[in-house]
Amino acid sequence: MTAGTTKETFVSAFRALEAGGNLGGPPWLRDLRWKAIARFAERGLPTPRDEEWKYTSIAPIAAVQFDLEAAGGAEGADDGLTEEAIAPFCVSPAWSRLVLVDGRYSAKLSAIRPLSRARIESLAEALIIDAEMLRPHLIRSAPAEATDAFAALNAAFWRDGALIHLPAGARVAEPIHLLFIATAAGPARIDHPRSLVVLERESRATLIESYITLAGDAPRLTNATTDIVVGPGAELDRYTLQLEDESAFHVGRVHVRQARESRVESCAVTFGGRLVRNEVRARLEAETAACTLNGLFVIGGRQHVDTHTVVDHVAPGATSRQLYKGILDGRARGVFSGRVIVRPGANGTDAHQTNKNLLLSDEVEVDSKPQLEIFADDVKCSHGAADGQLAADAVFYLKSRGLDEEAARTLLTFGFANEVLARIRVEPLRARLETLLTARLRGGRVANGEPREPAGLGLRHPESP
Amino acid sequence: MLSIRGLHAGVEGKEILRGIDLEVRAGEVHAVMGPNGSGKSTLAQVLAGHPAFAVTQGEVTYEGRNLLEMPPEERAREGLFLAFQYPVEIPGVANAQFLKAAVNEIRAHRGLEELDAMEFLDLLKEKFALVEMDPSFMSRAVNEGFSGGEKKRNEILQMALLEPRLAILDETDSGLDIDALRIVAGGINRLRRPDNAIILVTHYQRMLDYITPDRVHVLSGGRIVKSGGKALALTLEAKGYDWLEEKVEVSAEESAKVSAKVSAKVSAKVSAKVSE
Repeated sequence: MTAGTTKETFVSAFRALEAGGNLGGPPWLRDLRWKAIARFAERGLPTPRDEEWKYTSIAPIAAVQFDLEAAGGAEGADDGLTEEAIAPFCVSPAWSRLVLVDGRYSAKLSAIRPLSRARIESLAEALIIDAEMLRPHLIRSAPAEATDAFAALNAAFWRDGALIHLPAGARVAEPIHLLFIATAAGPARIDHPRSLVVLERESRATLIESYITLAGDAPRLTNATTDIVVGPGAELDRYTLQLEDESAFHVGRVHVRQARESRVESCAVTFGGRLVRNEVRARLEAETAACTLNGLFVIGGRQHVDTHTVVDHVAPGATSRQLYKGILDGRARGVFSGRVIVRPGANGTDAHQTNKNLLLSDEVEVDSKPQLEIFADDVKCSHGAADGQLAADAVFYLKSRGLDEEAARTLLTFGFANEVLARIRVEPLRARLETLLTARLRGGRVANGEPREPAGLGLRHPESP
Repeated sequence: MLSIRGLHAGVEGKEILRGIDLEVRAGEVHAVMGPNGSGKSTLAQVLAGHPAFAVTQGEVTYEGRNLLEMPPEERAREGLFLAFQYPVEIPGVANAQFLKAAVNEIRAHRGLEELDAMEFLDLLKEKFALVEMDPSFMSRAVNEGFSGGEKKRNEILQMALLEPRLAILDETDSGLDIDALRIVAGGINRLRRPDNAIILVTHYQRMLDYITPDRVHVLSGGRIVKSGGKALALTLEAKGYDWLEEKVEVSAEESAKVSAKVSAKVSAKVSAKVSE
């Protein structure tokens, strides 16, 4: 067996691409790329022996022979796509959207509304015209990339992504929507989208990131990095939608740094993907920062969803809240690892974490690992975890009102998930996700592996082949 | 409408109902009274079809059909309604969403069209007014964080929406202050019709100050030990349940110990109330 993708194939592909000038960027960025691939070469791909990857085997990813030299997306990847094709995923045509197709910015499909001083553009283009602005941010994320092989791969191979920049005091009411669309035509590919979100002092934005598969059956890995810097008094609401198809691999990470009196509220909703791993690292670097991380996954079949959160209380008096819920059916597998660190001196920290999972089948498995590491005094930290089935009393209550078994179970399952969706502040997005959830829950089960869904409701577009 | 004959039922092998006989006709209101542990709530749950209870003997006919063979949702669709003693909280499901699902299930069964959002909202507003509930309870999660009284009102609201033929109200009066009791009882009275029937399961007779029953039954040790008119409820209020339970000790020795224990507590409460 020679099939598969190994550490050596990644390294030699990088050398070939770099030597051919295909990855681009100024010398300092090329230097970062080389350092990243060197770190990757030291570490290699993660194995279950790595504590951070104990419950998630990447063997299904490593078994695929990816065409690594195609990494980053080809010119004209969006040729076959029209606005109509992506319309069902845009939620609202009024929102500014930045569209990446197979990892490459699509000017044709993007629609940037004039927003008060906010900058929304392709990161690759920003690099050409304004590299010095990006430089400190990209250099600053390098240490985080040293700890994880996929983060290092993104740092080495990335070509494009989004830049969102809000200057001080800029407050943008309308959501900004980033759509990462995979068309998966041709060979098995890996995209490494990289995004940078900078909110300067007292600015405010709402950001939605949607990961979508539009066509094709070729294996795909999306290896995404998003860096978010939230300045003093700035506020960010952020939503991530995982709507890729059920053959997609997705490994993503978000690094958030929060300044004094900043507020970040994040909600990650995962319906799609065959193997999905998401990491969120939030560093509360100054006093009274507030961070809320919510998440919901609804999975069936053989889907595997792994969520890793690290909330790092560096400064005193900051608040963090986490609510992660999962619904598993079929032979699905869920992992939640939630780590809260309270550094020495971070007194008065208030941190709370909840993880609840609803198990709809006997063959599902959930590994939940909360970790509190407290090195400060006078802190309020708590965590709770619960896995279970639907309550028999609740099922009977609904039946006594005329609902049959399936309708009762569907409504209760919906309610379990809706506790997370109800917290979404963008009403059209909340309504859309409620519709998607309803379509996904049928007969009290998680509908899974079905090739077609109603237009705009499903994980795949109905016109896709 | 409802005919119960020789009904025995229990939970996990423990017999709780030990031969219930009861006839309820359209237009009637029956009060089923009795001390804690006498089997009142079990009777209500068995009639609604709670799967935790097993019927071991006897039969129940509802509208000419064998009720015990019908799954709970079919009983509900056929017009049987149980107002729960402890209504269940359903996080994440808005009250209006739940109520709409229930109303449309039952309408579909009756061959009526589903109500659209506007029609349903109009109906909902009307019924909210009937039980004097604040409209904010439409969007709140079902029973979640409701006070005891709010939960009971929400049950009567459901009764008003679903228009049952036979309503069984399981201790709907318990936990209500006097104003809430008046509102709930007023709602129930307005739902009385010649073609429906109500079984009020209650510990105290105070609800019967507002809702006049046609028949009063006293349940003790899993059997109806006495039936009578409204006057019986007043006698119970004055004398407690003790004088009846002595009879039980003769007729059902095995249940005597349980009911004697329970009745001691109950009569203490009742007499305390009388002496107030």
